[in-house]
Amino acid sequence: MAWTKQEICKLTAELELRDGFYVNLGIGMPMDIANYVPQGINITLHTENGMLGMGPYPQKHEVDPDLINAGKQTVTELPHSSYFDSADSFSMIRGGHIDLTVLGALQVSECGDIANWTIPGKLVKGMGGAMDLVAGAKRVIVIMEHTSKDNEPKLVKQCTFPLTGSNVIDRVITDLGVFDIEQNQMKLVQMAPEVTLEEIRSKTPANFTLCPDLKIAA
Amino acid sequence: MKKLHQSALAALEGIVFDGMTIMVGGFGLCGIPENSILALRELGVKKLTVISNNCGIDDFGLGILLQTRQIAKMVSSYVGENKTFETQMLSGELEVELVPQGTLAERIRAGGAGIPAFYTRTGVGTIVSEGKEVRVFDGKEYLMEAALTSDLSIIRAWKADHEGNLQYRKTARNFNPIMATAAKITVAEAEIIVENGKLDADHMHTQGIYVERLFKGEQKKRIERLTLAA
Repeated sequence: MAWTKQEICKLTAELELRDGFYVNLGIGMPMDIANYVPQGINITLHTENGMLGMGPYPQKHEVDPDLINAGKQTVTELPHSSYFDSADSFSMIRGGHIDLTVLGALQVSECGDIANWTIPGKLVKGMGGAMDLVAGAKRVIVIMEHTSKDNEPKLVKQCTFPLTGSNVIDRVITDLGVFDIEQNQMKLVQMAPEVTLEEIRSKTPANFTLCPDLKIAA
Repeated sequence: MKKLHQSALAALEGIVFDGMTIMVGGFGLCGIPENSILALRELGVKKLTVISNNCGIDDFGLGILLQTRQIAKMVSSYVGENKTFETQMLSGELEVELVPQGTLAERIRAGGAGIPAFYTRTGVGTIVSEGKEVRVFDGKEYLMEAALTSDLSIIRAWKADHEGNLQYRKTARNFNPIMATAAKITVAEAEIIVENGKLDADHMHTQGIYVERLFKGEQKKRIERLTLAA
């Protein structure tokens, strides 16, 4: 059974969040990781439009148009929150003060390149803060579906879409498994329950090795 | 010198011209100078180069200056959900320089601080690096990025005094303070304007030295993505 989006987020929270971490979660699926912070672990969320200590979405009476996250969604303030301008916000990122960022991606290559901001001729979104995050955060994780909506593989030998960053991804978590990237090499370290190695191989053009203690379903 | 003006039109009078470069504060629709944008539409200046993180939405914020085709070039980090922007960009009608958000912020900060260029890891190995000097520090590659300045910055603050000292509110701060520093002329609109001495001098976000003109501007504050707790 492949992991659901919720299970990917929960697993990512369990594997990656450490007490005291300053974390930037990308727009979309990564935002949901905030719902699964394990007990006993306190993290502070950074949102690159200028806030540390981002709180949950507001109740109706708490809505404030001056208080949004990087996805332009309304959010709330916490007792330890602080605000700052865009230059300060990216000094935190570029200066290596953000412990962890989790982003979505269109493609990730076996050596840790990531493409997540444009599909030439089809989709122009812009990179927003993603190029800064992959270049500056201490640890960079991608969570995504293993294949695209058109069943195209996303874990590839080389990205065909324009890059967001080169050799920057530390780990990829998909609905089928967890892949670490160290020294330009991709390694499968965990598989979703009942997913076979054959299925993963058939959907993964990227070369990867198997972690010695990988549990493989029969 | 009196900085306070009666309206956006009065504040922008005599300082706008075709082909000028304007920095516009805000992130999405949050913290944008709503009245100065409307005044630019009324003044009809054309062939503008606009430096702003986003370009509003189709019918609000900077999007309205796209609809009137007053903008020739955008320098932004995110096109996002603005269809007019995407259509004009893909047709080639609108020139677009996409800049990583942190690099955009730092280029503006550098512009205001008299620093002509700086080196950053952001964009190394991507199309952002095309045509730029790459230099190695401590074994790692960095790109040289040039500072940005403007003829005019239009920004929004929460509170201002008559000196032009400004305070911002929550995430409406974003690009506003740095853009105030990087312009030949900065026009600030504030929701509340008070007498000098009424704001705590220890808590000024932008100092009056950066603000040439000022007016009181009511804000509609449209919300782009209202998201409520489940």
